[in-house]
Amino acid sequence: MASRLTTSNRAGWGFALPGFGLIALFIILPFFFAFALSLTNQRLVSPNPTEYVGLQNYGDLLGLAVIELEPERLDDGSIDRDADGNARYPRVRSITRSDDFPQYSGMREWFRWQSGDNARVVIASDVVFMKALVNTLTFVAVVAPVQAALALVLALLINQKLRGINVFRTIYFMPVVVSIVVVSLLWRFIYDGNDGLLNNLLAGLTFGAFEGRDWLGDPSTALGAIMAMSIWQAVGFHMVIWLAGLQTISPTLYEAAEIEGAGRWQTFRYVTWPGLRNTAVLILIVITMQAFALFAQIDVMTNGGPLDSTQTLVFQAVERGYGRQDISGGATISVILFVLVLTISLIQRWLTREKA
Amino acid sequence: MAMVSADNRPLRLAARYAVLLLVATIFVFPLLFMVMSSFKPTQQMLADTASLRAFLPVGDLSLDNYRDAFARAPVALFVFNSVLVTGLTVLLSLAICSLAAFSFVYMNWRGRGLLLSIVLATLIIPFETIAIPLLLIVSKLPWVGLDGLQIGWLNSYRVQIIPWIADGLTIFLFVQYFKDLPGELIEAARAEGATWGQIYRRVVMPLSGPVLATAAILKFLIMYNQYLWPLIVVQQESYRPVMVGLGYFFQLNVAWGEVMAYLTLITVPVLAFYLVLQRAFIASIASTGVKG
Repeated sequence: MASRLTTSNRAGWGFALPGFGLIALFIILPFFFAFALSLTNQRLVSPNPTEYVGLQNYGDLLGLAVIELEPERLDDGSIDRDADGNARYPRVRSITRSDDFPQYSGMREWFRWQSGDNARVVIASDVVFMKALVNTLTFVAVVAPVQAALALVLALLINQKLRGINVFRTIYFMPVVVSIVVVSLLWRFIYDGNDGLLNNLLAGLTFGAFEGRDWLGDPSTALGAIMAMSIWQAVGFHMVIWLAGLQTISPTLYEAAEIEGAGRWQTFRYVTWPGLRNTAVLILIVITMQAFALFAQIDVMTNGGPLDSTQTLVFQAVERGYGRQDISGGATISVILFVLVLTISLIQRWLTREKA
Repeated sequence: MAMVSADNRPLRLAARYAVLLLVATIFVFPLLFMVMSSFKPTQQMLADTASLRAFLPVGDLSLDNYRDAFARAPVALFVFNSVLVTGLTVLLSLAICSLAAFSFVYMNWRGRGLLLSIVLATLIIPFETIAIPLLLIVSKLPWVGLDGLQIGWLNSYRVQIIPWIADGLTIFLFVQYFKDLPGELIEAARAEGATWGQIYRRVVMPLSGPVLATAAILKFLIMYNQYLWPLIVVQQESYRPVMVGLGYFFQLNVAWGEVMAYLTLITVPVLAFYLVLQRAFIASIASTGVKG
C-alpha cells in the first residue's frame, strides 16, 4: 500500500515517532527494566545504593525442597503417638533453623503427606508466593476453558434468528461495561455468609435444606466464588468475539449440511466448529492473559485471604512492589508471571496449530 | 408427522425464549440490586436481601443515600478526575495512534517494518507485568511545568494519562482499517501535490469514522474503569479517579446504602451510554477478534 514512488524517511519517522516513542518509554522500557530490576535489591525509596544481587530474588521466591521426617521414637523403639494415635514428628523448625542444614534455612512448611511411617514435608522459601502461584494457575486452568465454552454457548444462543434477539445480546454483554471493581463489591452481597443473596436463593430452591455458608470467608470456596464472578463479568466480551467468528461462516455451508441431512450436533461438529478455529485460538489466548492478571477482584473482595487461599501473582507483585516498596521483589514476580503467560500462550498456539 | 412438528413449534419457541430469559436474569439481577438498593436505607437494604424485595423498588425509598454519599466523600471531584483523565487520554490516543498507523501503512521509510513488528509484539505484554517497573520509572521522570522543573510524576493527572495514550492494540486497529481503504485515493492526492499532513487530515481521517469509534470506545472502557494503576500512583485525594475513590467509603463504619448510591452513580451513566450506542460497543469488541 505504501507509495512505491517516493521514500519519505523524515516525514514517516515524524508521524510514527510520538506513538512509537510513548510505547517504547511506557511499555517496552519497563518490560526490559523488570528483568534488570529482578537482579537487584532496588526499593522505591531507599537511602542505600542499589546493588546487583544475581538470582537471589528468584531463589527467595522459588526455593523448594522436600524433607523427610522420621517419627519420634520412645525409648523402647516404638513410635511415639499422641492421644489420637497419630505419630509425633519433630518440628520442621528443628531442621530449617538448624546449623546442620544451611540450605534449608529460612524455609517454611508448605504442605506434607504421609509416606509409610515417615512424613514428607514440602518446604518453601516463600510459602505465600507458592500459594499465589498455585491459585493463579488454578484460576487460569478453570476460567479459560469454562469461560470460553460458556461464551460459545451464549454466542450460539444469540445467533438464533428470533425476534428481539438483539435485546438479549445487549443484556448479556452489559456486565462487560461495568467496572470489575463495582462488580466485585456487588458480589460481596451475593456471597455474604449471613444473609447473602446466594444463600437465600439456594435455601429457597432447596426449600430451606441448604445451610448457608460464607462463600468468601471459607478457604475451600473463596477462589471458586471469585472464578464464578469473574466469568459472569467477562463472558459477554468473548461471546461477542465468538459471534463475530460465527458470522464469518458462509450460510451456503449450512445449507449444504441441511441438504445432506446433518443433525444439529453434526452441523456443529463439521461446519461450525472448523469455521471457528482461528477465533478459538484467539479467545483462548486472550482469556488466559486476562485470567493471569487477576487482581481487582482479590483487592476488593478478600485481600488474598482467608488463609492465603485467594492470593494471586499480581496481587503479590503489587503488595510487595507497592505495599512494601520492594520494587525488585515485585519485578521478579512480574517476570515470572510474564514467562508463564508467554509459555502457556505458546503451548496453546502449538496445540491448536494447523495440522499439515 | 407434519402435524406434530407444526404443533410443537410454538412450544419450542417458548422454550427458546425461556432459556434466553433465564440467562438474561442472571446478568441483570446483580445490577438491578445495585440500583434498587441505592434508594433504600441501609437497614432495609440489608434486610431485603432475604427475599426478592432486594430487586424491587419497595419500602422506604429516597435519595438520602445520594445526599449522604456526596456529604461523606468528594464525589464530584472523583467524577471530574475520571472524566478529565478518560477524555484527554481518548482524544490523544486517537490522534497519536492514527498518525502512527498512517505512517506505517501509507508512507515508505526505513525501519518501518521493524518498528511495526515491535509495536505488535507489545500486544503479548499484559499491563500487570510492567506495572511495578513502570511505577519506579514514573517516580523518577522529570516534568517541566508552570513551577519549573520537577522530578517524579506521582500524584498528578499526567501519570494517569500519558502512559496510556499509545498502545499496540489501538495502532493495530488503525493499521487494519487503513489497509482496507482504497490506496488510489492516497496516490491521487500525492499526484496532485498534497502533503502527507493534508492527506491525513483531508483524505484519511474523514473516512475513518468507524475505526475512530471503535478505538474510542475501547479506550474509554479501559480508562474509565482503571483501578490498579491509579491505586499505586495516586495517593492524593485530589487526583483520584472514581474506582479508587471508592476506598473512601470503607475508611470508617461502612454505610452500604451510600456505597450503593456511589456505585450506581458511577456505573449508570456508562450503562446508559452503552445502551444508546450498543451496536457500536459490540462492534468494537468484535473487531478486536478479527485476525490480521
